[in-house]
Amino acid sequence: MPEVLRYPVSRNEQHAPAKVVPAEIVEPRRLKTEEMVLNIGPQHPSTHGVLRLEVVLDGEMVVDCVPHLGYLHRCFEKHTEAMTYPQVVPYVDRMDYLAAMNSDHGYALAVERLMGVEVPRKVEFIRVLFAELQRIASHLVAVGTYGLDIGAFTPFLYCFRDREDILEMFEKTCGARLLYNYIWVGGLSHDLHPDVLSMCKAFIKKNRATHKEVNDLLTFNKIFVERTANIGVLRADVAINGGASGPMLRGSGVKWDLRRDDPYSIYPELQFDVCVGDGKFGTLGDCFDRHWVRMLEWEQSLNILEQLLEKWPQDDKTDVQSAVPKRIKPAAGEIYSRTENPRGELGFYIVSKDGINPYRCKVRSPAFVNLSLLPVVSRGYLVADLIAILGSVDIVLGEVDR
Amino acid sequence: MDQTAIHGQLQRAFGDQVGEWHEMKPSAYATRYGSYADVKNVDYLRDVCLFLRDEPELQFDNLMLLSTLDNGDGTLSAVYHLESTKHKHTFALKATVQAGHAKVPSVTSVWTSANWHEREGWDMMGIEFTGHPDLRRILLDEEYPGHPLRKDFKVPEFYHGMKVPY
Repeated sequence: MPEVLRYPVSRNEQHAPAKVVPAEIVEPRRLKTEEMVLNIGPQHPSTHGVLRLEVVLDGEMVVDCVPHLGYLHRCFEKHTEAMTYPQVVPYVDRMDYLAAMNSDHGYALAVERLMGVEVPRKVEFIRVLFAELQRIASHLVAVGTYGLDIGAFTPFLYCFRDREDILEMFEKTCGARLLYNYIWVGGLSHDLHPDVLSMCKAFIKKNRATHKEVNDLLTFNKIFVERTANIGVLRADVAINGGASGPMLRGSGVKWDLRRDDPYSIYPELQFDVCVGDGKFGTLGDCFDRHWVRMLEWEQSLNILEQLLEKWPQDDKTDVQSAVPKRIKPAAGEIYSRTENPRGELGFYIVSKDGINPYRCKVRSPAFVNLSLLPVVSRGYLVADLIAILGSVDIVLGEVDR
Repeated sequence: MDQTAIHGQLQRAFGDQVGEWHEMKPSAYATRYGSYADVKNVDYLRDVCLFLRDEPELQFDNLMLLSTLDNGDGTLSAVYHLESTKHKHTFALKATVQAGHAKVPSVTSVWTSANWHEREGWDMMGIEFTGHPDLRRILLDEEYPGHPLRKDFKVPEFYHGMKVPY
């Protein structure tokens, strides 16, 4: 009996090939095809920077995926060894350039914890206000560019329009729009600009509308759901063992947020939910869940901002630099300090040998660890899905390569 | 579980292979996240890690960070910061080896997140993690001379025939 092959021509039933007798169907997997190596990047819009993926393909199926990093490597860790503690802050900005405020906060906290410095309450308020604004800005870019990866152009523009308002608040306060050098060890570089609180109030109102708009345009769009649901499924135990953090971990259904589980600053006083994925349209831990967690967190950050404005210490005239140590020279010792970045757990391992510069400063970059799970997540999916998976991991190459 | 209690449990299980407990003082946070236990016999490192991961009372399921350190006295260290997402306790291990013979067993089979951290450790500090499935440089070029984070590293004057500025 001659073997008749049946190829999947189209998903549309109307165009399905003519019916064949079941006995004659040969499973396509018996076809022997040659594996092909495809290079994606280093310059490719969907890699969000300079990243090269070496993908082994069987037809359109991803057999293996090997990321090659280092195109943006500046050896931050070697630089720190030649600089004083405050001089490191601008370099920290340039790691995760989409969430520079959060990175600054993480570094400042690490050195303060190493020295045992307490900062005034007003400074904590300003830090958390800016950290949450930056978290929204970062998620706006993540959500917007994720839509862009998948083919939705409009939400990206709406996201960037709203991000502009946040950058304006930062610019008014510290003069910089992207890389701030704002949060110092023990304090801040400038006091809050008096306009910022009213701007923030207006922003929350406007941004809630944008949040709904992006949900309507992107999240619940049928094409978007089809492209992301059931794609790139990451199981919770694999995620924990692989060190995933942030939306990547919570997308897999693990309720873990350092703002709640290892609280710092004034987060214990604030009410917010730890948002997790629930397999809304597909399997728990798929690309849609990771996107959905970002959308929910964006809303939670808005809630936090509202609470901050309510509790704001209005008449506090404390100098924001009053707690900045005259000489930053921690006693010999070491510490691992971590905070919740928009991308996950940002950790600093600092070793001091009683000098004015760090003896060793090692960064646990969330994007680096999340990216290391890409080969695990992407095996068995199609090339087009690989782009969707990479976008859902939300990497910033400045932080991956450091 | 208290960190000193975990250290005691390790010492009961491994005897002299696990060294003393170094406690950091400056703040409560530093005590929790800076203190560490020495692993005296590096050959036991993987077993210690497996014990920490699998013991029901400990369950360190998350390797937060694997960092490497040049102590400046001819020794290199690999530092493991662990955390249990179930019991919410943390612990740190430090394995120290001679720089001339820097070989530390890989823990990639215990925590998969160690894979890239170990590659970075090899790339930057030149610690060879034995038993690693794919120990290549990760951030630098394959042909780069030396390991930059070692304290005795000198920036080469020329690289691929190009003069290195600064």
